[in-house]
Amino acid sequence: MSGVVLYSVISLTAMGAAFGLGLALAARKFAVERDERVEKIEAMLPGANCGGCGYAGCIGFARALVEGKASPYDCAPSGIETANAIADLLGLQKVEKTPRVAVVACRGGKRVPTKITYGGVRTCQAVTLLADNLRECPYGCIGLGSCVEVCPFDAIKIIDDVAVVEDEKCTGCGMCVEACPKQIISLVPKTKKVRIACSSHDRGKAVKAICDVGCIGCGLCAKNCPVGCIEMQDNLAVIDYERCINCGICAAKCPTKSIIDKVSHRPKVLIDSKCTGCGECKKVCKFNAIEGEPGERHKVILEKCIGCGLCGDVCPEKAISIAGALGHQSEN
Amino acid sequence: MDVGRLFAIAIGAILINNFVLKRFLGLCPFLGVSKQLDSALGMGFAVIFVMTMASIVTFGIYHYVLVPYHIEYLRTIAFILVIATLVQFVEMVIEKTSPGLYRSLGIYLPLITTNCAVLGVAVLNIDKTYSFVETLVHGFSAGIGFTVALLLMAGIRERLELADIPESLRGVPIAFIVAGLMSIAFLGFAGLAAE
Repeated sequence: MSGVVLYSVISLTAMGAAFGLGLALAARKFAVERDERVEKIEAMLPGANCGGCGYAGCIGFARALVEGKASPYDCAPSGIETANAIADLLGLQKVEKTPRVAVVACRGGKRVPTKITYGGVRTCQAVTLLADNLRECPYGCIGLGSCVEVCPFDAIKIIDDVAVVEDEKCTGCGMCVEACPKQIISLVPKTKKVRIACSSHDRGKAVKAICDVGCIGCGLCAKNCPVGCIEMQDNLAVIDYERCINCGICAAKCPTKSIIDKVSHRPKVLIDSKCTGCGECKKVCKFNAIEGEPGERHKVILEKCIGCGLCGDVCPEKAISIAGALGHQSEN
Repeated sequence: MDVGRLFAIAIGAILINNFVLKRFLGLCPFLGVSKQLDSALGMGFAVIFVMTMASIVTFGIYHYVLVPYHIEYLRTIAFILVIATLVQFVEMVIEKTSPGLYRSLGIYLPLITTNCAVLGVAVLNIDKTYSFVETLVHGFSAGIGFTVALLLMAGIRERLELADIPESLRGVPIAFIVAGLMSIAFLGFAGLAAE
Protein backbone atom coordinates (compact mmCIF):
# COMPACT_ATOMS: atom_id res chain seq x y z
CA MET A 1 0.00 0.00 0.00
CA SER A 2 2.74 2.41 0.96
CA GLY A 3 4.37 1.53 -2.35
CA VAL A 4 1.38 2.93 -4.26
CA VAL A 5 1.48 6.17 -2.26
CA LEU A 6 5.20 6.46 -2.76
CA TYR A 7 5.00 5.79 -6.48
CA SER A 8 2.13 8.24 -6.85
CA VAL A 9 3.96 11.01 -5.07
CA ILE A 10 7.21 10.37 -6.88
CA SER A 11 5.73 10.01 -10.34
CA LEU A 12 3.44 13.03 -10.06
CA THR A 13 6.22 15.16 -8.62
CA ALA A 14 8.59 13.99 -11.30
CA MET A 15 6.07 14.63 -14.04
CA GLY A 16 5.23 18.05 -12.68
CA ALA A 17 8.88 18.95 -12.33
CA ALA A 18 9.73 17.61 -15.78
CA PHE A 19 6.88 19.46 -17.46
CA GLY A 20 7.65 22.62 -15.53
CA LEU A 21 11.31 22.44 -16.47
CA GLY A 22 10.42 21.61 -20.06
CA LEU A 23 8.09 24.59 -20.27
CA ALA A 24 10.66 26.88 -18.71
CA LEU A 25 13.29 25.77 -21.21
CA ALA A 26 10.80 26.03 -24.05
CA ALA A 27 9.84 29.49 -22.92
CA ARG A 28 13.46 30.52 -23.16
CA LYS A 29 14.05 28.80 -26.48
CA PHE A 30 10.87 30.05 -28.08
CA ALA A 31 10.91 33.45 -26.44
CA VAL A 32 9.44 36.04 -28.74
CA GLU A 33 10.83 39.50 -28.39
CA ARG A 34 7.91 41.68 -27.56
CA ASP A 35 7.99 45.40 -27.73
CA GLU A 36 6.80 46.46 -24.31
CA ARG A 37 5.68 49.76 -25.74
CA VAL A 38 2.82 47.93 -27.46
CA GLU A 39 1.33 46.95 -24.12
CA LYS A 40 1.92 50.39 -22.65
CA ILE A 41 0.22 52.09 -25.56
CA GLU A 42 -2.64 49.61 -25.53
CA ALA A 43 -3.26 50.47 -21.89
CA MET A 44 -3.42 54.14 -22.79
CA LEU A 45 -5.88 53.68 -25.65
CA PRO A 46 -9.62 53.77 -24.90
CA GLY A 47 -10.03 50.02 -25.36
CA ALA A 48 -13.33 50.38 -27.14
CA ASN A 49 -12.01 48.40 -30.14
CA CYS A 50 -14.18 50.58 -32.35
CA GLY A 51 -12.01 50.11 -35.43
CA GLY A 52 -12.30 53.77 -36.38
CA CYS A 53 -8.52 53.90 -36.96
CA GLY A 54 -8.75 51.16 -39.59
CA TYR A 55 -6.91 48.54 -37.53
CA ALA A 56 -8.30 45.43 -35.87
CA GLY A 57 -8.98 46.78 -32.42
CA CYS A 58 -6.82 48.80 -30.06
CA ILE A 59 -4.08 46.15 -29.94
CA GLY A 60 -3.73 46.23 -33.71
CA PHE A 61 -3.53 50.00 -33.61
CA ALA A 62 -0.92 49.91 -30.83
CA ARG A 63 1.18 47.51 -32.90
CA ALA A 64 0.89 49.73 -35.96
CA LEU A 65 1.91 52.73 -33.85
CA VAL A 66 5.09 51.05 -32.64
CA GLU A 67 5.91 49.96 -36.17
CA GLY A 68 5.47 53.56 -37.25
CA LYS A 69 2.62 52.75 -39.64
CA ALA A 70 0.03 54.85 -37.83
CA SER A 71 -0.13 58.19 -36.12
CA PRO A 72 -1.44 58.56 -32.54
CA TYR A 73 -3.81 61.15 -33.90
CA ASP A 74 -5.61 58.56 -36.03
CA CYS A 75 -7.46 57.46 -32.90
CA ALA A 76 -10.33 59.88 -32.52
CA PRO A 77 -11.80 58.50 -29.27
CA SER A 78 -8.58 58.83 -27.26
CA GLY A 79 -8.62 62.60 -27.43
CA ILE A 80 -5.81 65.05 -27.76
CA GLU A 81 -4.14 64.47 -24.35
CA THR A 82 -3.82 60.73 -24.81
CA ALA A 83 -2.58 61.16 -28.36
CA ASN A 84 0.05 63.62 -27.14
CA ALA A 85 1.10 61.23 -24.38
CA ILE A 86 1.51 58.42 -26.92
CA ALA A 87 3.44 60.73 -29.23
CA ASP A 88 5.72 61.49 -26.26
CA LEU A 89 6.25 57.80 -25.60
CA LEU A 90 7.15 57.12 -29.21
CA GLY A 91 9.17 60.29 -29.58
CA LEU A 92 6.96 61.66 -32.31
CA GLN A 93 6.13 65.20 -33.23
CA LYS A 94 3.02 66.47 -31.49
CA VAL A 95 0.26 67.69 -33.74
CA GLU A 96 -2.56 70.05 -33.08
CA LYS A 97 -5.84 68.35 -33.86
CA THR A 98 -9.32 69.61 -33.43
CA PRO A 99 -11.74 67.11 -31.93
CA ARG A 100 -14.66 66.34 -34.16
CA VAL A 101 -18.17 65.04 -33.69
CA ALA A 102 -20.54 63.24 -35.99
CA VAL A 103 -23.47 65.25 -37.29
CA VAL A 104 -26.55 63.79 -38.92
CA ALA A 105 -27.66 66.09 -41.73
CA CYS A 106 -31.38 65.34 -41.52
CA ARG A 107 -34.23 66.32 -39.25
CA GLY A 108 -37.03 64.78 -41.27
CA GLY A 109 -38.10 61.49 -39.69
CA LYS A 110 -41.77 61.42 -38.75
CA ARG A 111 -42.31 64.78 -40.43
CA VAL A 112 -41.88 63.13 -43.83
CA PRO A 113 -44.73 60.94 -45.13
CA THR A 114 -43.93 57.23 -45.50
CA LYS A 115 -43.46 55.77 -48.95
CA ILE A 116 -43.69 52.03 -48.35
CA THR A 117 -44.82 49.54 -45.73
CA TYR A 118 -41.69 47.64 -44.89
CA GLY A 119 -41.49 44.21 -43.27
CA GLY A 120 -37.98 43.15 -44.21
CA VAL A 121 -34.63 43.05 -42.46
CA ARG A 122 -34.43 45.96 -40.06
CA THR A 123 -31.25 47.60 -41.26
CA CYS A 124 -30.79 50.82 -43.21
CA GLN A 125 -28.61 48.98 -45.76
CA ALA A 126 -31.38 46.51 -46.57
CA VAL A 127 -33.89 49.31 -47.03
CA THR A 128 -31.52 51.23 -49.28
CA LEU A 129 -31.05 48.21 -51.52
CA LEU A 130 -34.73 47.39 -51.68
CA ALA A 131 -36.57 50.67 -51.80
CA ASP A 132 -34.03 53.48 -51.41
CA ASN A 133 -35.91 54.90 -48.45
CA LEU A 134 -38.88 54.22 -46.20
CA ARG A 135 -40.10 57.78 -46.53
CA GLU A 136 -40.73 60.06 -49.45
CA CYS A 137 -37.43 61.94 -49.16
CA PRO A 138 -34.74 59.95 -51.03
CA TYR A 139 -31.94 61.71 -49.15
CA GLY A 140 -33.15 61.55 -45.57
CA CYS A 141 -32.39 59.41 -42.55
CA ILE A 142 -34.06 55.98 -42.75
CA GLY A 143 -34.18 55.76 -38.97
CA LEU A 144 -33.57 52.03 -38.51
CA GLY A 145 -30.38 52.76 -36.62
CA SER A 146 -27.53 51.12 -38.51
CA CYS A 147 -25.42 53.94 -37.07
CA VAL A 148 -26.68 53.18 -33.55
CA GLU A 149 -25.58 49.57 -33.99
CA VAL A 150 -22.00 50.42 -34.88
CA CYS A 151 -21.50 53.26 -32.40
CA PRO A 152 -19.12 51.90 -29.73
CA PHE A 153 -19.87 54.82 -27.43
CA ASP A 154 -23.64 54.73 -27.28
CA ALA A 155 -23.72 58.28 -28.59
CA ILE A 156 -26.50 57.96 -31.19
CA LYS A 157 -30.19 57.63 -30.53
CA ILE A 158 -33.15 57.35 -32.85
CA ILE A 159 -35.60 60.05 -31.89
CA ASP A 160 -38.80 60.31 -33.94
CA ASP A 161 -37.22 58.11 -36.64
CA VAL A 162 -34.13 60.28 -37.06
CA ALA A 163 -30.65 59.54 -35.77
CA VAL A 164 -29.50 62.15 -33.27
CA VAL A 165 -25.91 62.37 -32.04
CA GLU A 166 -25.10 63.39 -28.49
CA ASP A 167 -22.12 65.70 -28.80
CA GLU A 168 -20.86 64.95 -25.29
CA LYS A 169 -20.64 61.21 -25.88
CA CYS A 170 -19.44 61.31 -29.49
CA THR A 171 -15.70 60.89 -29.91
CA GLY A 172 -15.59 61.40 -33.65
CA CYS A 173 -14.37 57.90 -34.46
CA GLY A 174 -16.33 57.93 -37.70
CA MET A 175 -17.85 54.44 -37.53
CA CYS A 176 -21.35 55.80 -38.15
CA VAL A 177 -20.14 57.85 -41.11
CA GLU A 178 -19.18 54.63 -42.84
CA ALA A 179 -22.22 52.68 -41.70
CA CYS A 180 -24.81 55.14 -43.01
CA PRO A 181 -25.95 54.00 -46.46
CA LYS A 182 -27.46 57.43 -47.09
CA GLN A 183 -24.13 59.10 -46.34
CA ILE A 184 -25.76 61.86 -44.37
CA ILE A 185 -23.44 61.65 -41.38
CA SER A 186 -20.27 63.69 -41.43
CA LEU A 187 -17.58 64.71 -38.97
CA VAL A 188 -17.62 68.35 -37.96
CA PRO A 189 -15.21 70.20 -35.66
CA LYS A 190 -16.63 70.05 -32.15
CA THR A 191 -16.34 73.79 -31.68
CA LYS A 192 -18.51 74.54 -34.70
CA LYS A 193 -22.01 74.59 -33.35
CA VAL A 194 -23.96 75.80 -36.36
CA ARG A 195 -24.68 72.93 -38.71
CA ILE A 196 -26.64 72.15 -41.83
CA ALA A 197 -29.35 69.61 -40.98
CA CYS A 198 -30.55 68.53 -44.40
CA SER A 199 -29.06 66.50 -47.23
CA SER A 200 -31.66 67.00 -49.92
CA HIS A 201 -30.47 68.07 -53.33
CA ASP A 202 -34.03 68.35 -54.60
CA ARG A 203 -35.45 71.63 -55.76
CA GLY A 204 -37.34 73.79 -53.30
CA LYS A 205 -40.82 72.83 -54.42
CA ALA A 206 -40.17 69.10 -54.19
CA VAL A 207 -38.62 69.45 -50.75
CA LYS A 208 -41.39 71.68 -49.45
CA ALA A 209 -44.01 69.12 -50.54
CA ILE A 210 -42.65 66.36 -48.29
CA CYS A 211 -40.63 67.95 -45.50
CA ASP A 212 -41.05 71.17 -43.56
CA VAL A 213 -37.49 71.21 -42.23
CA GLY A 214 -35.67 70.53 -45.50
CA CYS A 215 -33.27 72.82 -47.30
CA ILE A 216 -35.14 74.41 -50.20
CA GLY A 217 -31.99 75.86 -51.68
CA CYS A 218 -33.08 79.48 -51.32
CA GLY A 219 -29.55 80.66 -50.57
CA LEU A 220 -30.54 83.13 -47.87
CA CYS A 221 -27.95 81.67 -45.54
CA ALA A 222 -25.18 82.04 -48.11
CA LYS A 223 -26.18 85.65 -48.80
CA ASN A 224 -26.26 86.54 -45.10
CA CYS A 225 -23.14 84.76 -43.92
CA PRO A 226 -20.76 87.50 -42.71
CA VAL A 227 -17.68 85.49 -43.54
CA GLY A 228 -19.03 83.94 -46.73
CA CYS A 229 -18.45 80.40 -45.61
CA ILE A 230 -21.74 79.02 -46.92
CA GLU A 231 -21.98 77.93 -50.49
CA MET A 232 -24.97 76.59 -52.40
CA GLN A 233 -24.05 73.27 -53.99
CA ASP A 234 -26.70 71.56 -56.07
CA ASN A 235 -29.64 73.10 -54.17
CA LEU A 236 -28.14 72.46 -50.78
CA ALA A 237 -26.31 74.81 -48.42
CA VAL A 238 -22.83 73.64 -47.48
CA ILE A 239 -20.85 75.19 -44.62
CA ASP A 240 -17.09 75.48 -44.81
CA TYR A 241 -16.40 74.73 -41.16
CA GLU A 242 -12.85 76.02 -41.44
CA ARG A 243 -14.12 79.54 -41.82
CA CYS A 244 -17.42 79.40 -39.90
CA ILE A 245 -17.43 81.68 -36.86
CA ASN A 246 -20.51 80.25 -35.15
CA CYS A 247 -22.37 83.51 -35.54
CA GLY A 248 -25.66 81.73 -36.13
CA ILE A 249 -27.04 84.26 -38.56
CA CYS A 250 -27.69 81.57 -41.16
CA ALA A 251 -29.74 79.56 -38.69
CA ALA A 252 -31.79 82.65 -37.85
CA LYS A 253 -32.35 83.49 -41.51
CA CYS A 254 -33.19 79.98 -42.71
CA PRO A 255 -36.91 79.94 -43.55
CA THR A 256 -37.29 76.18 -43.04
CA LYS A 257 -35.02 75.85 -40.00
CA SER A 258 -32.85 73.34 -41.78
CA ILE A 259 -29.77 74.85 -40.15
CA ILE A 260 -29.40 74.10 -36.46
CA ASP A 261 -27.73 76.48 -34.08
CA LYS A 262 -26.55 74.53 -31.05
CA VAL A 263 -25.04 77.54 -29.34
CA SER A 264 -26.85 77.86 -26.06
CA HIS A 265 -25.34 81.09 -24.90
CA ARG A 266 -23.76 83.82 -26.99
CA PRO A 267 -21.30 85.94 -25.06
CA LYS A 268 -20.67 89.61 -25.69
CA VAL A 269 -17.37 91.22 -26.45
CA LEU A 270 -15.83 93.71 -24.02
CA ILE A 271 -13.22 96.36 -24.85
CA ASP A 272 -11.10 97.37 -21.89
CA SER A 273 -8.97 100.45 -21.13
CA LYS A 274 -5.97 99.18 -23.09
CA CYS A 275 -7.84 100.24 -26.25
CA THR A 276 -5.90 102.83 -28.26
CA GLY A 277 -8.72 103.49 -30.68
CA CYS A 278 -6.90 102.14 -33.71
CA GLY A 279 -10.21 101.11 -35.26
CA GLU A 280 -9.11 97.66 -36.44
CA CYS A 281 -11.97 96.01 -34.60
CA LYS A 282 -14.50 98.36 -36.10
CA LYS A 283 -13.26 97.53 -39.57
CA VAL A 284 -13.43 93.79 -39.07
CA CYS A 285 -16.82 93.65 -37.33
CA LYS A 286 -19.45 92.28 -39.70
CA PHE A 287 -22.32 93.50 -37.62
CA ASN A 288 -21.41 97.18 -37.06
CA ALA A 289 -21.44 96.39 -33.38
CA ILE A 290 -18.41 98.52 -32.50
CA GLU A 291 -18.45 102.30 -32.44
CA GLY A 292 -15.97 104.96 -31.44
CA GLU A 293 -13.85 107.80 -32.81
CA PRO A 294 -10.28 107.10 -33.95
CA GLY A 295 -7.87 107.52 -31.08
CA GLU A 296 -10.50 107.05 -28.42
CA ARG A 297 -11.58 103.95 -26.54
CA HIS A 298 -14.13 102.07 -28.67
CA LYS A 299 -17.41 100.69 -27.38
CA VAL A 300 -19.40 97.60 -28.16
CA ILE A 301 -23.08 97.97 -29.00
CA LEU A 302 -24.30 95.02 -26.99
CA GLU A 303 -27.56 94.60 -28.91
CA LYS A 304 -25.69 94.06 -32.14
CA CYS A 305 -22.74 91.99 -30.90
CA ILE A 306 -23.15 88.27 -31.42
CA GLY A 307 -19.90 87.27 -29.75
CA CYS A 308 -18.27 85.92 -32.88
CA GLY A 309 -14.89 87.09 -31.64
CA LEU A 310 -13.52 88.31 -34.98
CA CYS A 311 -12.45 91.59 -33.35
CA GLY A 312 -10.50 89.82 -30.63
CA ASP A 313 -8.26 88.25 -33.24
CA VAL A 314 -7.25 91.54 -34.85
CA CYS A 315 -6.86 93.78 -31.80
CA PRO A 316 -3.14 94.68 -31.63
CA GLU A 317 -3.42 95.71 -27.96
CA LYS A 318 -5.24 92.58 -26.83
CA ALA A 319 -7.82 94.86 -25.32
CA ILE A 320 -10.83 92.78 -26.32
CA SER A 321 -12.09 89.96 -24.12
CA ILE A 322 -14.57 87.39 -25.27
CA ALA A 323 -14.82 85.02 -22.36
CA GLY A 324 -16.14 81.64 -23.39
CA ALA A 325 -16.73 82.71 -26.95
CA LEU A 326 -17.29 79.94 -29.41
CA GLY A 327 -14.51 78.74 -31.58
CA HIS A 328 -12.11 81.03 -29.74
CA GLN A 329 -10.14 79.40 -27.00
CA SER A 330 -8.08 82.48 -26.27
CA GLU A 331 -9.42 84.87 -23.68
CA ASN A 332 -7.11 87.78 -24.30
CA MET B 1 -4.70 -4.02 -37.22
CA ASP B 2 -6.88 -3.56 -40.26
CA VAL B 3 -7.85 -0.38 -41.98
CA GLY B 4 -11.52 -1.23 -41.62
CA ARG B 5 -11.32 -0.96 -37.83
CA LEU B 6 -9.52 2.37 -38.03
CA PHE B 7 -12.17 3.64 -40.43
CA ALA B 8 -14.88 2.50 -38.04
CA ILE B 9 -13.18 4.35 -35.19
CA ALA B 10 -12.94 7.52 -37.28
CA ILE B 11 -16.58 7.42 -38.36
CA GLY B 12 -17.55 6.61 -34.82
CA ALA B 13 -15.75 9.61 -33.38
CA ILE B 14 -16.87 12.03 -36.08
CA LEU B 15 -20.51 11.12 -36.56
CA ILE B 16 -21.92 8.39 -34.37
CA ASN B 17 -20.39 9.42 -31.07
CA ASN B 18 -19.72 13.05 -31.92
CA PHE B 19 -18.00 14.56 -28.89
CA VAL B 20 -20.19 17.61 -28.71
CA LEU B 21 -23.55 16.42 -29.94
CA LYS B 22 -23.56 12.90 -28.58
CA ARG B 23 -21.19 12.79 -25.65
CA PHE B 24 -21.89 16.40 -24.60
CA LEU B 25 -18.22 17.18 -24.02
CA GLY B 26 -16.71 20.58 -24.77
CA LEU B 27 -20.03 22.41 -24.75
CA CYS B 28 -18.45 25.61 -23.46
CA PRO B 29 -16.49 26.49 -26.62
CA PHE B 30 -19.28 24.95 -28.71
CA LEU B 31 -21.60 27.75 -27.60
CA GLY B 32 -18.91 30.36 -26.92
CA VAL B 33 -16.97 30.31 -30.18
CA SER B 34 -19.76 29.46 -32.60
CA LYS B 35 -20.92 32.97 -33.40
CA GLN B 36 -18.79 33.36 -36.53
CA LEU B 37 -17.59 30.85 -39.07
CA ASP B 38 -14.05 32.25 -39.16
CA SER B 39 -13.33 31.96 -35.47
CA ALA B 40 -15.13 28.61 -35.34
CA LEU B 41 -12.77 27.29 -38.00
CA GLY B 42 -9.74 28.57 -36.08
CA MET B 43 -10.95 26.99 -32.88
CA GLY B 44 -11.68 23.76 -34.73
CA PHE B 45 -8.16 23.47 -36.09
CA ALA B 46 -6.66 24.23 -32.71
CA VAL B 47 -8.78 21.50 -31.12
CA ILE B 48 -7.89 18.94 -33.79
CA PHE B 49 -4.21 19.64 -33.22
CA VAL B 50 -4.36 19.54 -29.44
CA MET B 51 -6.56 16.42 -29.36
CA THR B 52 -4.19 14.51 -31.61
CA MET B 53 -1.14 15.59 -29.63
CA ALA B 54 -2.85 14.90 -26.31
CA SER B 55 -3.82 11.40 -27.46
CA ILE B 56 -0.25 10.60 -28.36
CA VAL B 57 1.32 11.93 -25.17
CA THR B 58 -1.26 10.56 -22.75
CA PHE B 59 -0.93 7.17 -24.41
CA GLY B 60 2.76 7.23 -23.60
CA ILE B 61 2.28 8.50 -20.06
CA TYR B 62 -0.39 5.93 -19.28
CA HIS B 63 1.30 2.87 -20.70
CA TYR B 64 4.89 3.66 -19.76
CA VAL B 65 4.48 5.48 -16.44
CA LEU B 66 1.15 4.79 -14.78
CA VAL B 67 0.67 1.13 -15.72
CA PRO B 68 4.16 -0.15 -14.74
CA TYR B 69 3.82 1.42 -11.27
CA HIS B 70 0.16 0.37 -10.88
CA ILE B 71 -1.03 3.90 -10.25
CA GLU B 72 -3.69 4.02 -12.99
CA TYR B 73 -6.05 5.78 -10.59
CA LEU B 74 -3.93 8.92 -11.09
CA ARG B 75 -4.76 9.14 -14.77
CA THR B 76 -7.21 12.06 -14.50
CA ILE B 77 -4.82 14.39 -12.74
CA ALA B 78 -1.87 13.19 -14.79
CA PHE B 79 -3.75 13.78 -18.04
CA ILE B 80 -4.82 17.24 -16.99
CA LEU B 81 -1.19 18.01 -16.22
CA VAL B 82 -0.13 16.71 -19.61
CA ILE B 83 -2.80 18.57 -21.52
CA ALA B 84 -2.15 21.87 -19.78
CA THR B 85 1.58 21.58 -20.40
CA LEU B 86 1.01 20.56 -23.98
CA VAL B 87 -1.26 23.48 -24.75
CA GLN B 88 1.23 25.88 -23.18
CA PHE B 89 4.03 24.38 -25.20
CA VAL B 90 2.05 24.41 -28.43
CA GLU B 91 1.17 28.02 -27.83
CA MET B 92 4.83 28.94 -27.42
CA VAL B 93 5.91 27.07 -30.51
CA ILE B 94 3.17 28.52 -32.67
CA GLU B 95 3.89 32.02 -31.42
CA LYS B 96 7.52 31.63 -32.35
CA THR B 97 7.20 29.82 -35.63
CA SER B 98 3.98 31.16 -37.09
CA PRO B 99 2.85 34.52 -35.70
CA GLY B 100 0.02 34.66 -38.24
CA LEU B 101 -1.51 31.39 -37.08
CA TYR B 102 -0.89 32.40 -33.46
CA ARG B 103 -2.81 35.61 -33.92
CA SER B 104 -5.73 33.88 -35.62
CA LEU B 105 -5.91 31.15 -32.95
CA GLY B 106 -5.01 33.66 -30.27
CA ILE B 107 -7.38 33.40 -27.34
CA TYR B 108 -8.75 30.00 -28.33
CA LEU B 109 -5.57 28.09 -27.60
CA PRO B 110 -5.55 28.73 -23.82
CA LEU B 111 -9.28 27.97 -23.81
CA ILE B 112 -8.57 24.43 -24.93
CA THR B 113 -6.52 23.77 -21.79
CA THR B 114 -9.68 23.43 -19.78
CA ASN B 115 -11.71 21.81 -22.53
CA CYS B 116 -13.18 18.58 -21.16
CA ALA B 117 -13.43 17.13 -24.68
CA VAL B 118 -9.63 16.86 -24.80
CA LEU B 119 -9.53 15.07 -21.47
CA GLY B 120 -12.45 12.99 -22.68
CA VAL B 121 -10.49 11.77 -25.69
CA ALA B 122 -7.54 10.79 -23.54
CA VAL B 123 -9.68 8.89 -21.06
CA LEU B 124 -11.76 7.18 -23.74
CA ASN B 125 -8.59 5.98 -25.49
CA ILE B 126 -7.61 4.19 -22.30
CA ASP B 127 -11.09 2.87 -21.53
CA LYS B 128 -11.45 1.33 -24.99
CA THR B 129 -7.93 -0.16 -24.78
CA TYR B 130 -6.96 1.27 -28.15
CA SER B 131 -3.56 0.57 -29.63
CA PHE B 132 -1.25 3.46 -30.46
CA VAL B 133 -2.42 3.86 -34.07
CA GLU B 134 -6.04 3.56 -33.01
CA THR B 135 -5.44 6.19 -30.34
CA LEU B 136 -3.97 8.48 -32.96
CA VAL B 137 -6.90 8.02 -35.33
CA HIS B 138 -9.43 8.37 -32.54
CA GLY B 139 -7.87 11.61 -31.25
CA PHE B 140 -7.69 13.12 -34.71
CA SER B 141 -11.25 12.12 -35.65
CA ALA B 142 -12.60 13.39 -32.35
CA GLY B 143 -11.10 16.77 -33.25
CA ILE B 144 -12.68 16.59 -36.70
CA GLY B 145 -16.03 15.72 -35.12
CA PHE B 146 -15.74 18.70 -32.78
CA THR B 147 -14.88 20.98 -35.71
CA VAL B 148 -17.77 19.70 -37.80
CA ALA B 149 -20.23 20.34 -34.98
CA LEU B 150 -18.75 23.78 -34.33
CA LEU B 151 -18.86 24.79 -37.99
CA LEU B 152 -22.45 23.59 -38.44
CA MET B 153 -23.46 25.52 -35.36
CA ALA B 154 -21.62 28.66 -36.47
CA GLY B 155 -23.23 28.52 -39.91
CA ILE B 156 -26.68 28.23 -38.38
CA ARG B 157 -26.04 30.97 -35.85
CA GLU B 158 -24.83 33.37 -38.52
CA ARG B 159 -28.16 32.91 -40.25
CA LEU B 160 -30.06 33.16 -36.99
CA GLU B 161 -28.71 36.69 -36.63
CA LEU B 162 -31.02 37.80 -39.41
CA ALA B 163 -33.95 35.57 -38.56
CA ASP B 164 -37.13 36.86 -37.03
CA ILE B 165 -36.94 35.24 -33.59
CA PRO B 166 -39.30 35.97 -30.69
CA GLU B 167 -37.59 38.50 -28.44
CA SER B 168 -37.35 36.27 -25.40
CA LEU B 169 -35.52 33.58 -27.39
CA ARG B 170 -32.93 35.79 -29.11
CA GLY B 171 -29.25 35.11 -28.53
CA VAL B 172 -28.21 32.24 -26.29
CA PRO B 173 -31.65 30.63 -25.73
CA ILE B 174 -32.18 29.95 -29.43
CA ALA B 175 -28.58 28.67 -29.61
CA PHE B 176 -29.38 26.11 -26.92
CA ILE B 177 -32.50 25.02 -28.78
CA VAL B 178 -30.51 24.68 -32.00
CA ALA B 179 -27.85 22.66 -30.18
CA GLY B 180 -30.54 20.34 -28.87
CA LEU B 181 -32.06 19.86 -32.32
CA MET B 182 -28.64 19.21 -33.84
CA SER B 183 -27.98 16.63 -31.17
CA ILE B 184 -31.24 14.87 -31.99
CA ALA B 185 -30.38 15.01 -35.68
CA PHE B 186 -27.01 13.39 -35.00
CA LEU B 187 -28.82 10.55 -33.25
CA GLY B 188 -29.73 9.47 -36.77
CA PHE B 189 -26.13 8.41 -37.31
CA ALA B 190 -26.46 5.85 -34.52
CA GLY B 191 -27.69 3.34 -37.08
CA LEU B 192 -24.51 3.63 -39.18
CA ALA B 193 -22.66 0.98 -37.21
CA ALA B 194 -23.13 -1.12 -34.18
CA GLU B 195 -20.27 -0.25 -31.89
